[in-house]
Amino acid sequence: MNAITTPNWVQICALDDIPPLGSRVLQRESGNVAIFRTADDSVFALLDRCPHKGGPLSQGIVHGAAVTCPLHSWNIDLASGEARATDVGCARRFAAKVEAGLVFVALH
Amino acid sequence: MSKPKLVVIGNGMAGIRTLEELLQLAPDQYDITVFGAEPHPNYNRILLSPVLAGEQAFDDIILNPLSWYADHGITLHLGKTVTQIDRRNRVVRAADGTEAAYDRLLLATGSSPFILPVPGKDLRGVISYRDIFDTETMIATAQLKQHAVVIGGGLLGLEAANGLKLRGMSVTVVHLGDWLLDKQLDIPAGKLLQASLEQRGLQFLLAHQTAEIAGNAAGEAVAVRFKNGTEIPADLVVMAVGIRPNQALAESAGLYCNRGIVVSDALQTFDPRIYAVGECVNHRGTAYGLVAPLFEMAKVCANHLAHLGIGQYKGSVLSTKLKVTGIDLFSAGDFMGCADSEDIVLSDPAGGVYKKLVIKDDQLVGACLYGDTTDGAWYFKLLKEGRKINDLRDHLMFGESSIGDAGTQGQNRAMAMQDSDEVCGCNGVCKGNIVKAIKDKGLFTVDDVKKHTKAASSCGSCTGLVEQILMNTLGSSFQETPKTKAVCGCTDHNHGDVRRVIREHHLLTHQAVYQFMEWRTPNGCATCRPAINYYLLSTWPKEAIDDPQSRFINERAHANIQKDGTFSVIPQMKGGVTNASELRRIADVADKYAIPMVKVTGGQRIDLLGVKKEDLVNVWADLGMQSGHAYGKSIRTVKTCVGSEFCRFGTQNSTQMGIDLETMLANMWSPHKVKLAVSGCPRNCAESGIKDVGIIAVDSGWELYVGGNGGIKTEVAQFLCKVKTAEEVKEYSGAFLQLYREEAYYLDRTVHYIARVGLDYIKARVVDDSANRKALHERLLFSLEGLRDPWAERIAGKQKHEFIPLKVLA
Repeated sequence: MNAITTPNWVQICALDDIPPLGSRVLQRESGNVAIFRTADDSVFALLDRCPHKGGPLSQGIVHGAAVTCPLHSWNIDLASGEARATDVGCARRFAAKVEAGLVFVALH
Repeated sequence: MSKPKLVVIGNGMAGIRTLEELLQLAPDQYDITVFGAEPHPNYNRILLSPVLAGEQAFDDIILNPLSWYADHGITLHLGKTVTQIDRRNRVVRAADGTEAAYDRLLLATGSSPFILPVPGKDLRGVISYRDIFDTETMIATAQLKQHAVVIGGGLLGLEAANGLKLRGMSVTVVHLGDWLLDKQLDIPAGKLLQASLEQRGLQFLLAHQTAEIAGNAAGEAVAVRFKNGTEIPADLVVMAVGIRPNQALAESAGLYCNRGIVVSDALQTFDPRIYAVGECVNHRGTAYGLVAPLFEMAKVCANHLAHLGIGQYKGSVLSTKLKVTGIDLFSAGDFMGCADSEDIVLSDPAGGVYKKLVIKDDQLVGACLYGDTTDGAWYFKLLKEGRKINDLRDHLMFGESSIGDAGTQGQNRAMAMQDSDEVCGCNGVCKGNIVKAIKDKGLFTVDDVKKHTKAASSCGSCTGLVEQILMNTLGSSFQETPKTKAVCGCTDHNHGDVRRVIREHHLLTHQAVYQFMEWRTPNGCATCRPAINYYLLSTWPKEAIDDPQSRFINERAHANIQKDGTFSVIPQMKGGVTNASELRRIADVADKYAIPMVKVTGGQRIDLLGVKKEDLVNVWADLGMQSGHAYGKSIRTVKTCVGSEFCRFGTQNSTQMGIDLETMLANMWSPHKVKLAVSGCPRNCAESGIKDVGIIAVDSGWELYVGGNGGIKTEVAQFLCKVKTAEEVKEYSGAFLQLYREEAYYLDRTVHYIARVGLDYIKARVVDDSANRKALHERLLFSLEGLRDPWAERIAGKQKHEFIPLKVLA
């Protein structure tokens, strides 16, 4: 068996479709994905479920490289998906990149 | 380039606390070196009494183990006493020749016990009570000797006496004053304390002045003699008659000292490179000997060491607790009273309870409690805030629970609670969890407890209880949450500072605020951004531009997020009045979008629950109604009764009044939600008594009430004034709300705002000063003018991306 997998990059939208310090939600059968844009135009993608009580992270306020869940204000690190101290939990993360003004996410 | 060097002289609670604060603010700013005269890492000196009493071991009270210093790259010289500060070359030297150069120097040399200058003071067996060495000496002596004499009936002396008694010695406390703790208690409380300590087997000699300590041929103490000629046997003499700041080192370096090293409000000595904190300093003429002020100083000093330069230490109001298990006493402020103060006293000598409250100019200025101290924290808070207490006076003595209501009654029961009792109902945190976290993690403030346990971090109604538990667990090391606390972790500035700077410097954007006020984060956080957004918009209407990304999702989506990520939609129904056509459209929308629940709200409107976000704009379009703003820090609704149009008791047309007010206030953003009500007669069917602005019609006009709240803690609205005409109702209500919009801190309801500024201030600005009232009302109308219904704007296409999900193209 060949265990090597190349990322399955999928083009999602233009960078300008996401407001700076904002996010869009990508609807999928297997669970929505939240795609975030920071002030420096980096993009990040996380499963749209807070590890705490499943809140939609895509609806939270983005600050620095973190998002605050709208339900109970957990702070989730966008790069790692980990909850910031002193909360413990992790949202599944997907690789994301911007190329030529277009946003790509590696959906597995 | 190498980092600047910070040298700390003194490895005790004040110095190390300052370093901890500094490391949080600026972790890599300095190369840090610490000198400590004692051979131990930093330990909690205030817990020496429990060690002496055998309730804790020394290892339990270590605050910073050696690994802490290593982890932070701090060079630690233990057991080395600094003997010289060479200010010209900026070097300190220890007795053994160790040298360290500094760019900034922090003196935290603490204090020394005062030793009575009597013959025999140098005999073996005569000690003071200051450090772990003294404590160990007492523990060792107690195993061999019989008679202990403690000179000094203050806090430290009594704690030492109690510990020695528990260690099996026969103990006599000698005190110069006429009653015990004469600095902390009045006479009746002091006598009760004495009785209770006598029951534990302690003996007392009051109004006795020590003349001499007699020794034997071997140079050991054997007896204490008094000025009145009597004497008692003494194998161990503990002097606990006060402390003196350790200033000799600073003095020899030429720093100005006067009963302590004299420092400014920035904790700076007369040499700007040298700071000083703790018991060694004299700040505005006071040298403190308790731990709470040290922590406050540490915070300010760290702020300056980190070059933030904004902290100010303005002195501390002190409260006292005695760390003797089973004895509860509390005192604060001017508990003795003076000629023009009044006392309220509750005295139950048989039950061992005594309480005295001292009131001056309608404010609580002092409190002395013995036996039942559950309300100590509350009295201390009233005292520090300087709040007018005329409205509480009847109930003041009976404590906070007597004035509280649903949801807050538990506040004074922290002591009586079992470990398994729930403290925080939102997050399910029990008392035991909190106490354990305080002890295990060394927490000192309510904020620490919030972070580590989640208690009091949701609705906040148990904050008082958490504060009580902290106070009971920590004793005198308890540190009250500062009243003017920072907006969030991004800054040290408080809400008042931010509002003022935005106004005075005409700041119009978030970035301008972050830059001007030196925010630590590039674009704030979920706590400060919504606050700044509101301050910008309310201070500079029509100039500052709304930033949707700085709004909570509800205000971005103009609907209320539910726990499953769907939204609720509440259309506007002014005054609670609707008609058949609206109801038909609501019914059709509920069918068309398969809305799972339709509910009548408490604000006389209809709530459609479970709407998918992508359906919101279509739902609004089909409803053909305006936003009810049921999701925002904004005007919500004006509740009304039917009034004189139909009701046989109605005196005025309250329904129309409600509709007019709701029309006037449409689309108004505010620091927190704003609810109004208009009742047509004093039967008050619209519940005007618990609204931000409540209006009650009477035959001769309208009565206006403000600051009511039916939420977490029910608050009855206070009478503002009575007016004659409907136009006046609008002008007065509008002026009050504009004052609130301009001055309140974000997330303060009107009740909190009024509690901060006082109802008298509101009356002066809104009722008495008619020119100011008109100006306020005009500013309100100006800032509301031209605002469009947010639903209509979005139906027309604004912020489209918010409502359309992305899809993967197959």
